[in-house]
Amino acid sequence: MRNEFEHEQLPQEEFERITIDSDQAERIEKPSLSFWQDAWLRLRKNKAAVVSVVVLLLFLILALIGPHLNGHAGDAQNLRHANLPPKIPGIEKMGIFDGVGNLAGKKVDLYEMKKVDEYYWFGTDGLGRDLFTRLWLGTQVSLFIAFVAAAIDMVIGVAYGGISGYYGGRTDDIMQRIVEILIGIPTLVVVILMIMIMDPGIMAIIIAISITGWIGMSRIVRAQTLKYKSQEFVLASRTLGSKDGKIITKHLLPNMLGIIIINTMFTIPNAIFFEAFLSFIGIGLQAPDASLGTLINDGYKVMEHQPYMLLFPALVISILMIAFNLIGDGLRDALDPKMKD
Amino acid sequence: MTKILQVKDLELSFHTFAGEVKAIRGVNFDLIKGETLAIVGESGSGKSVTTKSIMRLLPQSSAEYKNGEILFEGKDLTKVSEKTMQKIRGKDISMIFQDPMTSLNPTMTIGKQIMEPILKHQKLSKSKALEQTINLLNLVGIPNAESRYKMYPHQFSGGQRQRIVIAIALACNPKILIADEPTTALDVTIQAQILELMKEIQKKIDTSIIFITHDLGVVANVADRVAVMYGGKIVEIGTVDEIFYNPQHPYTWGLLSSMPSMDLADQKLYAIPGTPPDLLNPPKGDAFALRSEYAMKIDMERQPPFFKVSDTHYAATWLLHPQAPEVEPPAVIIERMKTFPGSRYYVEQTGGNA
Amino acid sequence: MVKYIGKRIVYMFITLFLIATVSFFLMQSLPGSPIASYSKLNETQRAIVEKKYGIDKPKPVQYAIYMKNLAKGDLGTSFAFKGKSVNDLLASRIKPSLILGAQAMVFGTLVGILLGMLAALKQNTFWDYGSTFFAILGISIPSFVFASLLQYWIASQWHLLPVGLWNDGWKSSVLPSLALAMGPLALSARFIRTEMIEVLSSDYITLAKAKGANGFEIAFKHAFRNALIPLITVLGPLAAGLVTGSLVVEQIFAIPGIGEQFVSSIMVNDHATIMGTTLLFSAFLIFIIFIVDILYGVIDPRIRLSGGKG
Repeated sequence: MRNEFEHEQLPQEEFERITIDSDQAERIEKPSLSFWQDAWLRLRKNKAAVVSVVVLLLFLILALIGPHLNGHAGDAQNLRHANLPPKIPGIEKMGIFDGVGNLAGKKVDLYEMKKVDEYYWFGTDGLGRDLFTRLWLGTQVSLFIAFVAAAIDMVIGVAYGGISGYYGGRTDDIMQRIVEILIGIPTLVVVILMIMIMDPGIMAIIIAISITGWIGMSRIVRAQTLKYKSQEFVLASRTLGSKDGKIITKHLLPNMLGIIIINTMFTIPNAIFFEAFLSFIGIGLQAPDASLGTLINDGYKVMEHQPYMLLFPALVISILMIAFNLIGDGLRDALDPKMKD
Repeated sequence: MTKILQVKDLELSFHTFAGEVKAIRGVNFDLIKGETLAIVGESGSGKSVTTKSIMRLLPQSSAEYKNGEILFEGKDLTKVSEKTMQKIRGKDISMIFQDPMTSLNPTMTIGKQIMEPILKHQKLSKSKALEQTINLLNLVGIPNAESRYKMYPHQFSGGQRQRIVIAIALACNPKILIADEPTTALDVTIQAQILELMKEIQKKIDTSIIFITHDLGVVANVADRVAVMYGGKIVEIGTVDEIFYNPQHPYTWGLLSSMPSMDLADQKLYAIPGTPPDLLNPPKGDAFALRSEYAMKIDMERQPPFFKVSDTHYAATWLLHPQAPEVEPPAVIIERMKTFPGSRYYVEQTGGNA
Repeated sequence: MVKYIGKRIVYMFITLFLIATVSFFLMQSLPGSPIASYSKLNETQRAIVEKKYGIDKPKPVQYAIYMKNLAKGDLGTSFAFKGKSVNDLLASRIKPSLILGAQAMVFGTLVGILLGMLAALKQNTFWDYGSTFFAILGISIPSFVFASLLQYWIASQWHLLPVGLWNDGWKSSVLPSLALAMGPLALSARFIRTEMIEVLSSDYITLAKAKGANGFEIAFKHAFRNALIPLITVLGPLAAGLVTGSLVVEQIFAIPGIGEQFVSSIMVNDHATIMGTTLLFSAFLIFIIFIVDILYGVIDPRIRLSGGKG
């Protein structure tokens, strides 16, 4: 044991008694943060999620203003301008996006050959429509479908799961038997059957995606409701005379909000995927409407000669999906108190 | 009095997002062969970290040994290779954890889990190892060991699981057994059984035990010596009688005063005010000063060194400095000191009661 | 446990029965006639054809006949492939789909597990970030985009493997299997990583370390099995993803499998084949979910004796 047994002489006033303010001892060192402030700080630390949010906002803006940026209308056909490769002013001098494309195996400046003075930033399709404009129009449609489908899933799922879990008993029994059967039906089968019997279009796709999409949310919300409704703070509120409505809106929903948001963040990319999937196999949106799925389908057909037609929508859908998934991951990490250090 | 383990000036920090947490700030103690040393203190005082650092079980990515050494059989455990450490763990030094419900692998039979260290360290044949496993299970009081070694942890109760964890720890007759709050997660009746078991085993295999707990009742029951930790440091160390009946540090006073006692039923239970120090920014002086009603000016400026009370008893408080004013400990403590020969409040017992 | 399995089997049949019923009536309400491909028929010829396929009878009678046949395992007669039974049609096409599905599943989960383990054991290193990024790509990029890109670069541009069709032995199956494997790969990599990290921080891993186990023993003897077991729970979604993927991937690589045939039956309104395929897919996925639940009870000793979760 290494001790200092020889006591050095110290100034006597050092040994004056002092009184410690007991408030001082009870002081809480860290500033207290609300759940949402804390979650926000955590999300901000997640670089991937932050970048994703920025990219997503950028794409949202482009989806809104992109179709008006270069003066070409999305449905304006001009057969003389058909199948032009991408040409972007400025970048063209660098040897890419310079309007040079394949013609019978040879590299030719198709703009020069066809005497086109305009620039088609992402090229044109077989009908001479501007692909840049169509790409963002398609993104608009895809995002619209995804957001609406996710919102419907959320509303139905929360209502169904909430009612089932909150009222319990026989209501819960019946509602859960229905879910048990529905959950056995593969989503793919339902979506395809539904889309076949409806008139093709945006509404049909939204309905088809939402018809079983809410089940996942309803199960989560039911489980959460069951968990919270038996906890003391709910019991306390009930003892103080709160009505069901108040308990649900003041106590249950705020506690479940995090998990509902996370789940919704993962339904959006799922809906984007299903829309594109249906359009790709040819039973989704019909011409002349464009979505990311139909653009990819169109691009796929001519991939051999005009790969750019596939490339741009494929990139946009992939980046959108990545961004949504990363934001979802980030939110889950930020809102999940289990991971709290 | 062979010293089997010496911890000298140990300092250890965790690197976290918030910054460097100085979890251990200069810890010194020796472990003597065959003794039970209890380390007590509240949550976050560094008692668990100290023992985990002896076993080097802290995450290598965030924990850093800043200073000091841990001497075991001539080797400094803070410096030896991971391979050497693996040979020491489970063989020379083994450990019992707090929660028996989570410390066994749920998908491995308990027999395999007990056999693992035997096969690894003793190089026995499988059948010999199995024989030893069954002996161990009998030793720790699991009935029908011959048939039950094939079972999975979920088929045992909490107390039985802790017995199994003890069997694992004893598998290679370790020289040092570290018990990290081994009874905290158990029922009171089971706690007593486990404590009895540990005492019995210690007699049988003559091992040294480091017993971590925040339960002073348990300490009185099992320990030979006690080290009191606060804010990442040992503030007082001595034999169990010295700590219980002649405590010197205000924190030890606080701990003992907050212990409910039968014969002082009418007394209000004491609670130490305030919260443990923030080890991200440890205080400059005595870490306990902010919560102490005996604080002096110097407590705010300089960390107290250890002052010798007796050959076996040391305490780190400026109150023991010859220049310090004489203070009066809480009444409960004075009551205790009255029974301890050598304390300044000792009164010769004249009656028959001990 | 037996009671639980029995209950699950009953549920399985109820679900299948409902799917059959609902899809039957949905088919009936479809726009377009199932015999649209028989163009240029006059009234009498049409009547003959309708009689042949039994679609001249009232709907409830047709339904009863269909369900009766279904109970015997007979899926009816295809409208598009004249006179061929749906059973024969599916049987002739199941092999490529099964081969692709199995290859994708095995390759995807094995590589996924390896990547996930690597990421968890080397947490917060280059390996972790790399495999996590790869997993995000795999989850995010739709299978048809990935399949198109594979076909464009590897087959069309570099001529390393066939562009499509099912006539070049194992070479034909490489690209479609890869395209299908991306989903299971990414999902299992992510899943295993999360599970491994959780398991590695558990008390029993610390105890294993305290016993003197080395890094390899910790990872494979103690952690791996515990991290792997929960992977069974995502087999259901994985299989569903494979079926979904097979529809597009088989189409892109022109593979004569069930998925490709399903899409083309939709295009030509071949009701009997659409229904037959729908039922086959449903039965497959329902069965997988059933097996997963049973397996979970068998493999995990924690729930083995407590009689399932249901």
